[in-house]
Amino acid sequence: MIQETVGSAKAPGATNSGRLPKINPVFFVLAALLVAITLSNPNFVEPTGYMNFLKRAAPLAILAAGQIYVIVSGGFDLSVGSVITLTVVGSSMLLNNNADATWWVIPVMYAVGLAVGVVNALVVSYLRVPSLIATLGMMITLNGAAFMWSSGSPRGYLPDTFRFFGRVNIQGIPLIQFLPVALLVLVVVGLCLFWLMHRTNLGRLLHAIGDNPRAAQMSGVPLERVRIIAFVVSSLSAVTAGILLGGFAGVSTDVGVGYELQAITACVIGGAQLLGGRGSVPASIAGALTLTAIFTLLNFIGLPKPVRDVVQGVILIVAVVLATYRRNRAGRT
Amino acid sequence: MKKLLTAALSVALLASTAQAQQLNFDDPAEFARQREMLTAKANGPEGEPWVQYYGDQMADTTQYKKEGPYTICFSNAGVNNAWRVTGWTNMQAEVKLHPEIKELIHVDAEGSDDKQISDIDDLINGGKCSALIVSPNTTAALTPAVEKACAQLPVIVFDRGVNTKCPVTFIHPVGGYGFGIQAGEFVASTAPAGANVLMLRIVPGVDVLETRASAAKRIFKEKGLNVIGEEFTEGDNAKTKSIVEDYLQRGSIDAIWMDAGATAVAALEAFEDSGLPLPIITGEDQQDFLMKWKAEGFKAIAPTYPTYQWRTPVIAAVKVLKGEAVPGPEWVMPQPAISAETLDQYVNDKMPPLHHAMCGCEKLPDYPAAWGGK
Repeated sequence: MIQETVGSAKAPGATNSGRLPKINPVFFVLAALLVAITLSNPNFVEPTGYMNFLKRAAPLAILAAGQIYVIVSGGFDLSVGSVITLTVVGSSMLLNNNADATWWVIPVMYAVGLAVGVVNALVVSYLRVPSLIATLGMMITLNGAAFMWSSGSPRGYLPDTFRFFGRVNIQGIPLIQFLPVALLVLVVVGLCLFWLMHRTNLGRLLHAIGDNPRAAQMSGVPLERVRIIAFVVSSLSAVTAGILLGGFAGVSTDVGVGYELQAITACVIGGAQLLGGRGSVPASIAGALTLTAIFTLLNFIGLPKPVRDVVQGVILIVAVVLATYRRNRAGRT
Repeated sequence: MKKLLTAALSVALLASTAQAQQLNFDDPAEFARQREMLTAKANGPEGEPWVQYYGDQMADTTQYKKEGPYTICFSNAGVNNAWRVTGWTNMQAEVKLHPEIKELIHVDAEGSDDKQISDIDDLINGGKCSALIVSPNTTAALTPAVEKACAQLPVIVFDRGVNTKCPVTFIHPVGGYGFGIQAGEFVASTAPAGANVLMLRIVPGVDVLETRASAAKRIFKEKGLNVIGEEFTEGDNAKTKSIVEDYLQRGSIDAIWMDAGATAVAALEAFEDSGLPLPIITGEDQQDFLMKWKAEGFKAIAPTYPTYQWRTPVIAAVKVLKGEAVPGPEWVMPQPAISAETLDQYVNDKMPPLHHAMCGCEKLPDYPAAWGGK
């Protein structure tokens, strides 16, 4: 069973024990949306079009790739939005307009992220608080902490050294003209998380504890340790997303608001099962790109805001229904 | 699927037009009144706009006269954005200037109507308040609570209003039309006829923001400018930057009009990152925008919704409790815009990026440390 789940979560094109490859429908949805964007705005096929799109999607994609670890293990991580906010606000406070401080501020923020992930996992594992509540509590606490630290008005700008990752485009590249650093970060993080989830034993253990924690524990899976890793990966991805978002758009006190739900939605669009046991990193990244594509498409079409909200909601439901349909069918075969 | 979408679209369209018809955010008479007020001379001491007022109608307060020391209670809609953070710091500092005030009791409604209604109830029932200051979260919802408070003690309302005349006075700057006029006229006089204007707004349906937009649209129409879009950013930097980038891919933008300046720098960065010259832009008095303006020298104006209005309710409360007349039932104060000529007075690299420069706080106790400055 576990073998089968992990196998079907492979990247598209990977053959599944001799049968025809089953391609996750999210990739079709994404392709359809990209075609629709191109039709409504032919400039999208120019490098400035699709590169800006990828650059903008990178933070959410990284966040979804981290969130899927917690979802596969049978939990939720609602604290990621507040980790993003804390990263941006905290960095602005620590940097204090000093461009030379970036080299130590970023590791400090990763240390904070590590601590948040560990605490989340410990509360879930040892205090037996459901992850939904534990991470909700963490979210409220961290938002409060960010506000207390800055009194609602962060003291510093984010210097260009810090904003490098989220803002700078490397110019003069043949064929594509320029390459956003954020996209590089996404590729590196995406590959690492893909490898960890789908090519190591840890991935199997994550699926196992999400699929049936009791059975996993009985067969000797170190439940707590695996869970700590899942939450830590999620928190660290949130710090990375925070660095990219702060880089892309500068200081604000509510950058992270709503990102936790967007990340979970991206995973679900990517076919993840909400109570654990199933999910894949590439599909979650594709889910995040799909979500960003929906926003972009609606921007391009230029519908009024209320109509846009309705359309966005309908597309989301359709995408999730498609994902569920595929899962049910997969279950039967 | 297609049918479903069409049905959903028409329902949403109907709903939005119905709402627009219900409330009138485009009142030509009020537009004209505020336009006149922007250039009128206010009463009161020169250089202290927080005690200045238009008109000469005063509210009699002898019935509230009382011996000190006073406990002033303040029901605050929230401290949930940078504008309110600056304002709330102003108010706390203003209290320090009044030895008659024994205590300022502050309750934060955290942006919730329900919480603010029960906050006001608690403050009245606590029996400690000599006077009550209210900054309402929303107009209609808070009206009954304010009416109830009026029956027991002097009430002063500021920032957003309520639908009752029972408070001693309602303190506010000129208003939303005024803001929209200042920004709109700058764009109209700077951009060539037929120029493309992108309107960036925070959220729909908020009265003070709707009137800013309707005033600007009226001016753009008069001058024949081409409004290429009206987008809602929810005050989010990343979203603002994305929206502007998308527009730049489809065509050119000559000017950006904003109903609030919090994300103005993000909008400008979209031009920088696309390798385009910076447009004509209207922002607000947020320090990051002023710094950028000073450094880059683009064509801009910064209308303000001045945070010095947070000082005035404290001044008014003390006057009311001493039985001195205050401007009322409305205390309308000046609403200056920062222009290229006055920019140097307000730009200050020692203040944090989200500080609002039109604070009238430079001579208050603990400036600049309490505002996060150096």
